[in-house]
Amino acid sequence: MTHPESAAEFLKDSQKAKWHDETLWFVRDKRDKVSKGIPEWEQLRELASSIKDNVLANLADYLEEFERNATKNGIIVHWATDSEAHNKLVLEILQKQDCTAVVKSKSILTEECHLNSYLEKHSVEVVDTDLGERIVQFLKQPPSHIVLPAIHLKKGEISELFHEKLHTEKGNEDPTYLTQAARVHLREKFFAAKVAITGVNFGIAETGEFVVCTNEGNADMGVHLAQVHIACMGIEKILPRRKDLGVFLRLLARSATGQPITNYNSHFRNPSPGKEIHIILVDNGRTAQLAREKFRNSLKCIRCGACMNTCPIYRRSGGFSYNSTVPGPIGSILSPGLDLKKHSSLPFASTLCGSCTDVCPVKINIHEQLYEWRQEVTKTQGDFAKGLSMKLANGIFKSPLAYKISGSLMRNALKSLPNSLIYHPLNIWGKNRNLPDAPKESFQQWYRKNRS
Amino acid sequence: MSSREKILSAIRSLTLEAKVLPEIPNFSNSGDLVERFTQAISGNKGEVLSKGEFEEWFSAAGFSKVISLSAQFSELATLSLPEDPHALKTLEVAILEGQFGVAENGAIWLEDTQLGLRALPFATEHLVIVLDRNLLEDTMHQGYEKIAATHSGFGLFLAGPSKTADIEQSLVIGAQGAKSLRVVLV
Ligand code: SF4
Repeated sequence: MTHPESAAEFLKDSQKAKWHDETLWFVRDKRDKVSKGIPEWEQLRELASSIKDNVLANLADYLEEFERNATKNGIIVHWATDSEAHNKLVLEILQKQDCTAVVKSKSILTEECHLNSYLEKHSVEVVDTDLGERIVQFLKQPPSHIVLPAIHLKKGEISELFHEKLHTEKGNEDPTYLTQAARVHLREKFFAAKVAITGVNFGIAETGEFVVCTNEGNADMGVHLAQVHIACMGIEKILPRRKDLGVFLRLLARSATGQPITNYNSHFRNPSPGKEIHIILVDNGRTAQLAREKFRNSLKCIRCGACMNTCPIYRRSGGFSYNSTVPGPIGSILSPGLDLKKHSSLPFASTLCGSCTDVCPVKINIHEQLYEWRQEVTKTQGDFAKGLSMKLANGIFKSPLAYKISGSLMRNALKSLPNSLIYHPLNIWGKNRNLPDAPKESFQQWYRKNRS
Repeated sequence: MSSREKILSAIRSLTLEAKVLPEIPNFSNSGDLVERFTQAISGNKGEVLSKGEFEEWFSAAGFSKVISLSAQFSELATLSLPEDPHALKTLEVAILEGQFGVAENGAIWLEDTQLGLRALPFATEHLVIVLDRNLLEDTMHQGYEKIAATHSGFGLFLAGPSKTADIEQSLVIGAQGAKSLRVVLV
């Protein structure tokens, strides 16, 4: 299914789609408020962006420095070129421990590698311990958002699910009650697991330590009770110095959910006596993305999710419509790099309003890269791109509401913007409600910048 | 070629323009540190108490399973630190001493020496951190300045109790980890 087709599916439940849209906008709004409380906010974004530029320019050196220091600290460092190599490494460590049940905290990388299904095929039970992730795991679904994995579900659905899986009272939809039931269930799993898997938010070259951030404390519950900790880290997660964390931790949670910091920010430098820490450094398409000059800086992403919360298309089409591990604007520039044919509709899942670029804490020029990918798609799949253009033209002129809302925007755009911007499938988003109204300012900024 | 060599040589084969690593200015905010810290903790759904308020809460609650690693409150302990963290399963209260706090967000720095067992602040039902009010830093930058040279085997910026909003974005305190955080400012 292309993105417009899946989006149309999502919009069928219009009440839920409306809730989804408004809830994410609310999160975006919290981000705005909390960032305004930091006078140096823009400077921090600038710093974060330049630090990441420096990391990408010296990635090989920093990775080696990280490896050297981590090894000195007693951490066992592994390297994996792709998802298969990564999954194999994890399985080998588990088998060495005779471990058949593992707890795992949120890690988008292991989603990207489809680690769960791989381990299950090899008779290892995987328990995702982030509440939202556990919920979607019960449903055999992937997360629909990188920070809010179950944002596509309503509490009634979760109540029914927990009634079936955790034997909670039928019809009890109280979030506190349901969370408590999950707490009891997950704590049993934590206390029984021999091995715990986590993702990594930041790896520090200078010290060889790595940092994992959560609000639930689930990563720490897992690793400190287990004998062995496996941390899975994309090679772009490196930062040069410990003090760089000051910049990134100030930006991350504020951008993600509007809170000043995540409640648990754990720094792992060496294992507890008698225990093991393994870290797997994973490429899986990252060096290929590094080689693409126009798309290189998509690797700066710290996975805060802000670009999703603000995106008028994401909010109105849901995470699943992207059919990509990382959905939303950033997913739409990362995934085509992995498989352009499969993800060719994603660069078109955008109004190019630029709101994503405005909120990104590491200042990735997301909407410009979306535009660049459209050029690539058009080059290789001309007919496909034309098909999307037709959908747009049809929708705009058939739906009076969509036309009215987008009218002035489109009128200006038609005059001076390149074809690929004009030909985006706006009709889908205009299907049963109006078009994005909020990012007016950002659009203008973008427009001004790009008019020449 | 090993995976390691493949990845490193793939990167090294690229011509990447040099980019300078910027220095980080010493940002600071205005305002009273204690006040900002207290506000931040309550925003994170924890609570800041005086010594007296804490003692009142503690004696009224009547806990029976308490570990205290704080010299000031050592007499409140009913259990000593076990060797195996699995023994913490039914622990009601852990009392720890924080190294320093950060006013802008309420984060408190703890290391192995304060934790005893790394699982302690997570596995306990209620967490109490005793913190010297003179040990508050302005922002995370000053916080990292302070620990720049220390080798923390495990270190943690802890800012609140375990929480989640994964069910319809309703905030619930007490997800998998500690159900409450009380900071005793002394
Ligand atoms: S691209 Fe930027 S805004 Fe989007 S998730 Fe990554 S860091 Fe956050």
